Amino acid sequence: MRDGFSGLDDRIADSLKQEAAEKENLKQLLEQQRELTDSRKHEREIALDRMAHYDFTKWAHTRGQKVITRLYVALALTLGALMIFFLLETVANMPRFGAADTPGSNIVTRRYIERGLQETGAVNIVAGMILDYRAFDTLGESTVLFIAACAVLILLRIDKDSQGMPVMEQIAEDADDRHHEPKNDRILQASAKLLTPVVLLFGVYVILNGHLSPGGGFSGGAIISAGLILYLNAFGFEKSGRFFRYETFKWVSFCSLLFYGLAKTYSFYCGANRLESGIPLGVPGAILSSGLIMPLNIAVGMVVACTMYIFYALFRKGGL
Amino acid sequence: MLQMLYENLEQTVAVILFGIGFGILLLQRNLIRKIIGLNIMDTAVYLFLASMGYIHGRKAPIVVDGVTDTARYINPIPAGLVLTGIVVSVSFTAIMLALTIRLYRRYRTLDIDQIALLAKAEGD
Amino acid sequence: MSFVHIALLAMLIVCALAVSMTRNLLTSLIVYMAYSLIMAVIWMLLESPDLAITEAAVGAGITSVLFFVTMKKIHEIKTEGGRERDKTQK
Repeated sequence: MRDGFSGLDDRIADSLKQEAAEKENLKQLLEQQRELTDSRKHEREIALDRMAHYDFTKWAHTRGQKVITRLYVALALTLGALMIFFLLETVANMPRFGAADTPGSNIVTRRYIERGLQETGAVNIVAGMILDYRAFDTLGESTVLFIAACAVLILLRIDKDSQGMPVMEQIAEDADDRHHEPKNDRILQASAKLLTPVVLLFGVYVILNGHLSPGGGFSGGAIISAGLILYLNAFGFEKSGRFFRYETFKWVSFCSLLFYGLAKTYSFYCGANRLESGIPLGVPGAILSSGLIMPLNIAVGMVVACTMYIFYALFRKGGL
Repeated sequence: MLQMLYENLEQTVAVILFGIGFGILLLQRNLIRKIIGLNIMDTAVYLFLASMGYIHGRKAPIVVDGVTDTARYINPIPAGLVLTGIVVSVSFTAIMLALTIRLYRRYRTLDIDQIALLAKAEGD
Repeated sequence: MSFVHIALLAMLIVCALAVSMTRNLLTSLIVYMAYSLIMAVIWMLLESPDLAITEAAVGAGITSVLFFVTMKKIHEIKTEGGRERDKTQK
């Protein structure tokens, strides 16, 4: 009696269990499918992202660059044109060129011209102005030259690695440079033998006559350095090292600047305490006149000559 | 306005040269041309300054025959200012050229865009 | 305004434009030297001999020589003998 019933029960229980198991299976299958589609979606999203990034990078590297370059050129030209336009507007409202009543020629100009010869003793009014009335500016400018020489000295020094030997690049460059040093360049050497004394003499003349005729310390110093550079080019570093070494540059620049500072300190002291400076002004037109202007011209000329020569030597070789 | 510009011809030309130098500084890629552009700007400003001192019919400021009348010489003050400026300009050019040599040794190129890219790539 | 004066000022502008338009770097430098020389002559016409002699000595002398030495250091100048590098970039 019970057997048949429980058998039915069993079968029903079995089939129910089977159904449950199948449902479980189905559920798992569905889950798996969903995960698959999810990951595919994720992959698809990643792929879309990469394609967009690639498109943008490709645009930025090819056409974007052109667009931005053209934008930059257009903006630069516009800025330049605007600046020229506004400055031309200003020029149109300036006082007329060559007029005698401009605001620029005021009482200071009149004082410099009328009392310049009498107070400074210099026939060249501009030289008297920059070395007597406004000598502080010239001291600042000589200092700027000295600082520039120091900066170039630091920048172009010979690189050494950790053991104190020159680096490979430096050796290669040195070898290349020595290859091009003129060994037997007859034309250059013959013309340098003729020209260098003339150029140096002219430079010395321009410096010494700074207070009598156009010229002065700066142009004379530049001319002297041009003569020295010609000699260096024709005969090489060994022959030039006989009269111009690194210590020469150091001591000449330092002593010239120191002398300039001391001379102007003396002038300031006399002026501040209303003393008469004891340096005679001499006869205008003679070469030994105008008080301190000639020694100051010599000092400035030597600083400029040494500095320009050392610029050239440093650029050639990295040292002296 | 064109008439006024023609009367102040030096100042007009100085302003145009300043603009051209500025354009060369901005638009050229080679470092050495940029430095040349900067020098052109410098000399244009000196031309402008020096033309402010000229007066028609008067001579250079060197005393001749002991005549110290203001009506015989031009204005000497702008000449003194420009003289200082020329020397500062040459020392400035020397420092910039020394920097160019160092940059070339390091990056082996003179193009300013490529130097900026290489420096940024190294910085990362 | 004499004709020479106007012609020199026009040459200045032409030189300044020519610096940017040539391909070779060496040509730019030589045009810059000419520009400096014309500037010195204009200052002589404006009655400032100090400025003219300083600009002639410094501009066409020292600055241009420094530019040439820099260009030699960065191998922009073709050399005879030695290595030949042809760089006519912009």
